[in-house]
Amino acid sequence: MTQTVGITAFGAYLPRLRLQRKAMAAANAWANPSIVAQSKGERTMANWDEDAVTMAVEAARDALPQSADPIKSRAFVDALYFASTTMPFADRQNAGIVASALTLSEDIHTADITGSQRAGVSALIAGAEAVKSGSAKAALVASGDRRKTRAGAVQEFQYGDGAAAFVFGSENVAAKLIGTNSVSVDFIDHFRGESEEFDYNWEERWIRDEGFTKIAPKAIKGLLNKTGIAGSAIDHFILPCLFARIDQQIAKMCDIDPSKVRDNLGATVGECGTAHALLMLAQALEDAKPGQKILVASFGQGCDAALFEVTSAIDKVRPHRGVKGWLARRKEETNYIKWLAFNGLIELEKGMRAEKDNKTALSVTYRKRDMLFGLVGGKCEKCGTAQFPRTRICVNPNCRAVDEQTPFSFAELPGKILSWSADYLTYSQDPPSHYGMVTFEEGGRFLSDITDVDVGTVDTGTKVRMAFRIKDFDDRRGFRRYFWKAVPAS
Amino acid sequence: MASGIRDKVAILGMGCSKFGERWDMGAEELMVEAYLEAAKDAGVDTSQIQAAWFSTHIDEIGVGKGGTPLSVALRLPNVAVTRVENFCAGGSEAFRGAVYAVASGAYDIALALGVEKLKDTGYGGLPTGQPGTLLPQWGANGSAPGNFAQLASAYRAKHGVSKQDLKRAIAHVSVKSHANGTKNPKAHLQKAITEEMALNAPMIAEPLGLFDCCGVSDGAAAAIVTTPEIAKAMGKKDIITVKALQLALSNGLESMHNSWDGSYFHTARIASKKAYDEAGIKNPRDEVSMMEVHDCFSITELVTMEDLFISREGEAWKDVMDGFYDADGKVPCQIDGGLKCFGHPIGASGLRMLYEMYLQLQGRAGARQLKNPRIGLTHNLGGAPSMNVCSVAIIGAHGA
Repeated sequence: MTQTVGITAFGAYLPRLRLQRKAMAAANAWANPSIVAQSKGERTMANWDEDAVTMAVEAARDALPQSADPIKSRAFVDALYFASTTMPFADRQNAGIVASALTLSEDIHTADITGSQRAGVSALIAGAEAVKSGSAKAALVASGDRRKTRAGAVQEFQYGDGAAAFVFGSENVAAKLIGTNSVSVDFIDHFRGESEEFDYNWEERWIRDEGFTKIAPKAIKGLLNKTGIAGSAIDHFILPCLFARIDQQIAKMCDIDPSKVRDNLGATVGECGTAHALLMLAQALEDAKPGQKILVASFGQGCDAALFEVTSAIDKVRPHRGVKGWLARRKEETNYIKWLAFNGLIELEKGMRAEKDNKTALSVTYRKRDMLFGLVGGKCEKCGTAQFPRTRICVNPNCRAVDEQTPFSFAELPGKILSWSADYLTYSQDPPSHYGMVTFEEGGRFLSDITDVDVGTVDTGTKVRMAFRIKDFDDRRGFRRYFWKAVPAS
Repeated sequence: MASGIRDKVAILGMGCSKFGERWDMGAEELMVEAYLEAAKDAGVDTSQIQAAWFSTHIDEIGVGKGGTPLSVALRLPNVAVTRVENFCAGGSEAFRGAVYAVASGAYDIALALGVEKLKDTGYGGLPTGQPGTLLPQWGANGSAPGNFAQLASAYRAKHGVSKQDLKRAIAHVSVKSHANGTKNPKAHLQKAITEEMALNAPMIAEPLGLFDCCGVSDGAAAAIVTTPEIAKAMGKKDIITVKALQLALSNGLESMHNSWDGSYFHTARIASKKAYDEAGIKNPRDEVSMMEVHDCFSITELVTMEDLFISREGEAWKDVMDGFYDADGKVPCQIDGGLKCFGHPIGASGLRMLYEMYLQLQGRAGARQLKNPRIGLTHNLGGAPSMNVCSVAIIGAHGA
């Protein structure tokens, strides 16, 4: 008897800012009048303190069980695959950062999957295979991308920033994996050489006619043949594709009803690189009904395809916010210069205050890793006071117990602003720098950066959730620090 | 049982440099300027200085580390020099060191000197950077004004004061200090401002505008201390003695424990209570003649009026608006212009506050002289509201 393996949880993340393509076009039309054709809709825009890792962490939080004690509630995860082509580190495992931020067990298998736009679906397959083979009981697959383009490039309009995450397991499966199929072809539609900042893209018509419409159908038809499922049985067809109607054309070629082609979120999100197929899959699962079949495929030097069948467990694993929820958390951005600044595409005057050296003592980072990456403080076993950071002597003036604190995570606890300011003096990539004393009902507090915030929207009493973000950059050494910040909860 | 410091040590002489943007001077010259005035006032020669306490905060852009910069600048006779640093309260710390040294009987005459040369950074405001190797990895990305501005939001929430009312009250704090500064030729800022100007100034850190922030200045201040007996023997009249020296430090409660509401200084309440006990003051609102408090920001001064138990909790903003702390009010505060206008060379500020109280008590404060002050209080703060060092010192006429 074959074991049922499939998706047991899923989640997504989209940054709050939505850059208006009209504003992008207005800024670029002087040099490229034809760009006005790209003026419709909006794209997601990561905040300055977000990257593939932080977005993947958010998506994973969206997928994993909601619990005040993530150390315990996430202990079942025993493998993590992180997919992206915009990983912040070329050599330092990025999946490891995701795992630490999620306070996953350190006794698990983690791996980065990268190098191609289909890496997201490749990671899905890897996660499913790990469970199938028995090497993992629960594999977390997360993908995030924040793709970089030159200012004014058509891809700048087409891309978006986002992430999605899935948990694979064999119990309470909400979407059973029926099969997978892969085609590997060194078709160079674009490439990014070592140490290059931007992709180099070949002609779109060639990519469309020789690449997409030939390679993708091969993988998809192969999958249908392999699994013995007719194309006409597919209820949701997912194929991220920037060419208009080509996804429908490919569906037709595979006998799939073109009306089953999922919207590619082009109008509201843009294509989120390796995460995009996963994002579309997450959205499809939000709508899916038991018994429905979902085919997800992703193109990139070949094509990976996977077929799922939704089970009756689907109603029990809806994500916390999901694509729908994150889409609704939205703020229009019309300042193209801000976009350029957030993406390092323009050299803004930063002032001398930005000159401070952000060199990081890595031995400290390691020693304090649960505090810095997991927002883990302590709880005094004697008096019950939660405190951050964890220290040897209890902070409660009526206790002062020594060495009585056990690890206590604040990451999933709702917080409240006690005091705050919006600071125009200190250097910030997104001035004014908001920060304030964030308090937790269970006890504990710390002076925290506040992000994803507009001037005038924070006050004493404002409810916040904590989010894993980039703390700052060390441009001299190519390092970036991460820590947790408060984000207004609404 | 400890008997405290009251009347055990006298101030023999004090000096203070002109504060401000001293483009023509480095720390060494500023130290000499303050010291020469103090030595002259004390009537002592450098050879009589038996030990010194030296306060400076930012060694990267100032004088460097250690006590040698003072010893070399003043050509001290190879005596002990201890460098002290306790955030912005270092000046008071140096004073404590010298006072306790004399009180212990180990020395007859000791020097306390503080200096800061800030205007060599290339930009306005204090230098940036978080100390250590851990704090930069998680501490909020803030500045001094933003950290102190936290008080305003918590104070408004706790006492139900509207944004407009509190903004006007803190504007008045600054208007008053600017008015006082016009009468102080050594002050960094000597121009009066209007409430309108304060209210409409560019925002630095919500709700603190430009005029809610003190000057960042170069300067030095010094005190030479001895015992009252020696002072008398040297022919000194109107001897000013130390009545109380208290220092309270945060232990992490404010920043980590939810018992603190963010609207006041936990340390200042402790230090001031102890200081009043030490000085024998029962009712500070009536007994304190004048104060120099750590008005790094207008909101700091406002809440400090409550932490020193001069204003009732939640009512300082009303006292401020009533002019209680103005030059002609009941308890004049920042009569020399305060940090706001005299300026804030960090390591020197605690001594600068004592300098003004000392001049006032001796009737030597010129155009800003108050009528018959008896007791002067200085409040010198270092750090931020959620983690700080608070010094409260009280001086007065010997025997008062």
